[in-house]
Amino acid sequence: MESTDGGDEERTTKGSAWDLPDLPTGTLPPHIQLQKTRVVCNKEAPTNTENVQYAGAYAAAGVDNTVRLDDFRENFRVEVIKLTEDDMEFDLIGLDASIANAFRRILISELPTMAIEKVLIANNTSVVQDEVLAHRLGLIPLNVDPRLFEYMSENDTANEKNTIVFKLHASCAKGGSRITVKSEELKWLPNGSEFLLAKGNSASNQDSKQKTYTSFSCSQDSLPEFADNPIAPKHADIIIAKLAPGQEIELEAHAVKGMGKTHAKWSPVATAWYRMLPEVLLLKPIEGDEAEELVKKCPVKVFDIEDIGRGVKRATVARPRNCTLCRECIRGDGWEKLVALRRVKDHFIFTIESTGALPPEVLFTEAVKILEDKCERVITELS
Amino acid sequence: MEHGSEKDPANATFSLTDEDHTLANSLRFCLNQDLRVNFCGYSIPHPSEARVNIRVQTTGDRAREVLKDACEDLMSRSQHIRSTFEQAVADYKNQQGPKPMDSD
Repeated sequence: MESTDGGDEERTTKGSAWDLPDLPTGTLPPHIQLQKTRVVCNKEAPTNTENVQYAGAYAAAGVDNTVRLDDFRENFRVEVIKLTEDDMEFDLIGLDASIANAFRRILISELPTMAIEKVLIANNTSVVQDEVLAHRLGLIPLNVDPRLFEYMSENDTANEKNTIVFKLHASCAKGGSRITVKSEELKWLPNGSEFLLAKGNSASNQDSKQKTYTSFSCSQDSLPEFADNPIAPKHADIIIAKLAPGQEIELEAHAVKGMGKTHAKWSPVATAWYRMLPEVLLLKPIEGDEAEELVKKCPVKVFDIEDIGRGVKRATVARPRNCTLCRECIRGDGWEKLVALRRVKDHFIFTIESTGALPPEVLFTEAVKILEDKCERVITELS
Repeated sequence: MEHGSEKDPANATFSLTDEDHTLANSLRFCLNQDLRVNFCGYSIPHPSEARVNIRVQTTGDRAREVLKDACEDLMSRSQHIRSTFEQAVADYKNQQGPKPMDSD
C-alpha cells in the first residue's frame, strides 16, 4: 500500500522511519513533501509556515531543493484574473515568497509618484488650520505620469521638469449658505507659480519681470505629453474643506516627485497585497446532514452540495479561492479529521489597487524593473 | 560597500547602503539556491539606518563572485517574471476584446 500511493500528498500522518526505503528514491516522503509545499492550517494554529530555502535541505533523501533558473523559466506562470482601470488581481505561480514580497514592498514604498509637498497659503480664514489643510492637499492623488518628471533635490529651484503648481481660490459669499471645497477646484498652473517673491535687493533686476516662487522656462502645457491631457487630481470629488459665509481659502500647491518610503502620500497604490492560494480538501466523503452542516458552517460559501443519486447528498469543494481560512469548518468535534485547510506556498494571489497615477499593470512592471535595478547596482559595486 | 574579510575570501560580509529586506531577503533566497553556499544570512543593524549586512560563507569559492552570481540570478528571474507578466496581461486584454469605453 505504501508503494502504490507514495507520491500521494493527501496523507498527513508521519511515516515510520522503518518504512523508508534503504536507498534514497529521489522523491520526498509524502509528509515531508506536504511540509515543503503547503502551509497546514490546524484548529489551533497554522504549521509549516516556514519556507525551506537551503539547497541541501533534502540531500539525505537524494532530493535537490533548488529551483534552477531553467526550471523556473519552465514552470513560472502568471494568470490575470481581473484587470480594470485601477484594480488588478493576478496569480503568480511557481515563485518564492521572498521575491513576491519584494515586489509588494517595492509597490508600496519605492515607486515614485507626484504629490503636493509645498503649500503656499495666501489666505485661510476657514476652520481648517493651515497645516491640516496642507496635509489634506498632500494626500490627494494626482493623475499624472511621474516618469515624465525629475526629483527635486534640496538645492534645485522649482522648474517645469520637477514641479507641478496648482491654484486654489475658494470663498463663500456672505449671507449665503456654507459651501464645500472639492479637489476639482485645484486648478493647474502650467506656467508655474503666480505668487510674487518678496522684493529683496530689487535694484539688480528692475527691468526683468518680477520673480515668482518657481522659475519655469516654458509652459508645461506646451509639452507634448500634457498638451491634450491637462494635469488634475484623479478624483474631482474629494472634499478639501468646508467654508462658512465670509470664509476664504487662497493658496498655491506645489507637487513634486517622491517615494512612499518618505511619506505615504507618494505611494502609487492604495494597497498591494498577496495571499497564498487556499486549498480545501475533504478527507472523507461527507454526506447527508453532515454535508448540510458543512455548507452552513462556511461564511464565504466554499462548499456546495451535489446529488450523487438515490437522494444522497455529498459535500463538494466548489470555491476554494473564496476561503479566508477562518477555520469555522474545522471547529467542533471531529471536523478536523474531515476537512483539511492548506495554503499552497508557491502560488500567490496578488492584488494591486492603484491610486490612479499609473495603471496597475504598469505599476507591477515598474516594480520588477526596480528590483532589476537594485541587482544591477550591487553587481556594478562588486565588479 | 565594504568587504568584511580580507584574509579569507570565501567568508565575507557585505554592507549595502540604502537597501532593506526587499533586496536582502530576495538575495538570501538566491544565495541559498546556490550549492556553493555554506551559509548565508542578513541583518539590519539598526532600523533607523538604511543599511543591510549580508553574510556569505562558501565552500571555497570567492564569496564576492557567489554574491554577484546571486544578483545575476535574481535579475534574470525578474526579467523572466516581467516578460511573462507582460505577456499574460496582453493575452488577457486580447481575450477581453476591445472594451467599450466609459462614457467620460
